[in-house]
Amino acid sequence: MDIAIIVGLDVVSGIASLVLISAGLAVIFGMMKIINLAHGEFLMLGAYATVLSVSAGVNIWVAMLVIAPVFVGLVGVIVERCLIRFLYGRLVDTMLATWGLSLMIVGGTTMIFGNTIVGVASPLGGFTVGAYQSSLYTPFLALMAILLMTSVWAVMRYTRVGLIARAVMQNPDMAATLGVNPTRVYMATFGAGAAMSGLAGGLLAPVAGVVPTMGAAYIAKAFITVVGGGTSILWGLITASGLFGFINQIAAFLTTPVFGEVILFIAAVGLIRMLPTGISGRFFKGRL
Amino acid sequence: MTLTRRKFIRSTAAGGIAFAAPALIGSVARAQDGPIKLGSLHDLAGPLAATGEPMVYAIMLAVDELNAAGGLLGREVELINYDTQSNIQLYSQYAQQLAVRDKVDVIHGGITSASREAIRPIFDRFKTLYFYNTLYEGGVCDRNTFNTGTTPAQTVEKLVPYAMNLWGKKAYIIAADYNYGQITAKWMKKYVQDNGGEALAIDFFPLDVTNFGPSISRIQAAKPDLLLSAMVGGNHTAFYRQWAAAGLKGEIPIASTTFGLVNEPATLEDSESVGVLGSYGYFEELTTPASTAFVKAIKDKHGAQTPYVSELAAASYEGVHLWAQAVKMAGTTERMAVIEALETGLTFEGPSGKVVIDTKTHHVTRNTFLAEVESRKWKVLETFEQQAPLDTSAVCDLVANPNDTTQYEIDI
Repeated sequence: MDIAIIVGLDVVSGIASLVLISAGLAVIFGMMKIINLAHGEFLMLGAYATVLSVSAGVNIWVAMLVIAPVFVGLVGVIVERCLIRFLYGRLVDTMLATWGLSLMIVGGTTMIFGNTIVGVASPLGGFTVGAYQSSLYTPFLALMAILLMTSVWAVMRYTRVGLIARAVMQNPDMAATLGVNPTRVYMATFGAGAAMSGLAGGLLAPVAGVVPTMGAAYIAKAFITVVGGGTSILWGLITASGLFGFINQIAAFLTTPVFGEVILFIAAVGLIRMLPTGISGRFFKGRL
Repeated sequence: MTLTRRKFIRSTAAGGIAFAAPALIGSVARAQDGPIKLGSLHDLAGPLAATGEPMVYAIMLAVDELNAAGGLLGREVELINYDTQSNIQLYSQYAQQLAVRDKVDVIHGGITSASREAIRPIFDRFKTLYFYNTLYEGGVCDRNTFNTGTTPAQTVEKLVPYAMNLWGKKAYIIAADYNYGQITAKWMKKYVQDNGGEALAIDFFPLDVTNFGPSISRIQAAKPDLLLSAMVGGNHTAFYRQWAAAGLKGEIPIASTTFGLVNEPATLEDSESVGVLGSYGYFEELTTPASTAFVKAIKDKHGAQTPYVSELAAASYEGVHLWAQAVKMAGTTERMAVIEALETGLTFEGPSGKVVIDTKTHHVTRNTFLAEVESRKWKVLETFEQQAPLDTSAVCDLVANPNDTTQYEIDI
């Protein structure tokens, strides 16, 4: 029984981390149809911002929840202004440009901070379930994932900003004739997506090895989650994270970590074969 | 550029002298023509960069020392380093380039066992002398290859009984999922069984795994007395983080054959790393004069950001010096002459102490150390003088079979 609770927590943590690492990518892909190959590096920048702020004496919660997203959000805005805005509507070109950007960010970070691993200790302790132990950080990550999803939903559903964003997403030309400036919306969206990636990076910093190349370990999973979920930001992300997180963690527990990854990727291939437009392309069409 | 009469005369005159010179000095000049080339293949970008960086620094230091002492055989030693970017394909490409285009006299390099097995056949084929200076799973038996790092019989064999004495008989083994981890895990299992213990399970992790939650639950469910780890690289550092975050740090102790190779003690918090046991052929914290001078020379040159100076750096430094001694002894850089000189059982006093080439296996007999992490540094607990590579010498005899090129694997 105890082990069931612990494994259940592992599954929750797997789902939560997928939601967190994919949210920024999903927003940018879902709203702007841009494939951001520098997504992993945005996560890495968030993690670095957290680690460096903590070692400069900032409270870890402020570092993770405020500094990381704000910093990476600003980076996102700069990237959008200097690079992405020239490439709207050119899918392959944006992939190439953001891939180049990712190499630049990795190279720059390596030059400044070196190739050593940095990190911060996890701020919450552990807790006991019968004979087993787990980290309090796991439920915290789940809580953050829920909060993030709820706030995205609330902003999109109930605010004017969300309304404009949805309008531009559906039909940018029509929105423009109604007096909305799509350029500004795109800039804000890219910044918001980057900020979410920064937040995820900050939250992962205490449970990851923070190195300039760490983005590579997350980007594949973020991509299959977003592609598996389809274009609906919220429902696609939640269902795909739920499915893949569950499969991955259960498979890793029952077999080995190697097969956990293999089974996850097989499941992803199968899913995309059956639902080429992703889960939300079939079941949540037109929903947020 | 216009060619004036004066320039024409000057250049042809200089050319004439240059043409005449070889004829005048004859064969003596041949030793003087150009530097001796030392090729190096190490990862300076990608996940293994933190491991490769100090190795290259150590090789640069050794080459600088050789040149400061007047070079080798009166010729300068030139280092040609290629950054393999943690990419096996680049290893194969640059290995061919070093052997065929640059025509280097020796190559030092390779970090993971996967990279070594990619380039070793290339150097065999192109008959270029090769030094592999990394601790590894043992068993490489190749006359063209010299292995200066430690093997399981020199380290794991000390680590496992020490840890089992302290903590108990039931071990859980976790390792990186490629040839190093796979074979090292077998050695761990063997030594656990040899000491009357039981290996409850062996789990392998691909290098890009970042979430260790399910594995940590599996380990708890198995209830081991201790954990033996051969995890590799930056992503795997997260295991120790998540282990400590789950509150298991004090519950199940860890002994490792790789912990510390990418700076883990300094990176992790004190509470996450304290008490971890490790065994290597060198620790930065060794206080012998040779060791402190070695560490100081590297850190003075490359600054505070230098990653931990581990066994890999010390063995690289010792590898270059062993090769240099062999060249001096042979009086030439010709491959077979240098190999034969190395096979006389050359000795070098390096930062780790005395290092002796083992003629039969082309491995080294060297000091190994057992240490424990304390306040984010290693505290050396025991020194084992002059350990022979017994695992490899049990299966490999290059004197009897000089044409062998196999890597022998342990069978359990």
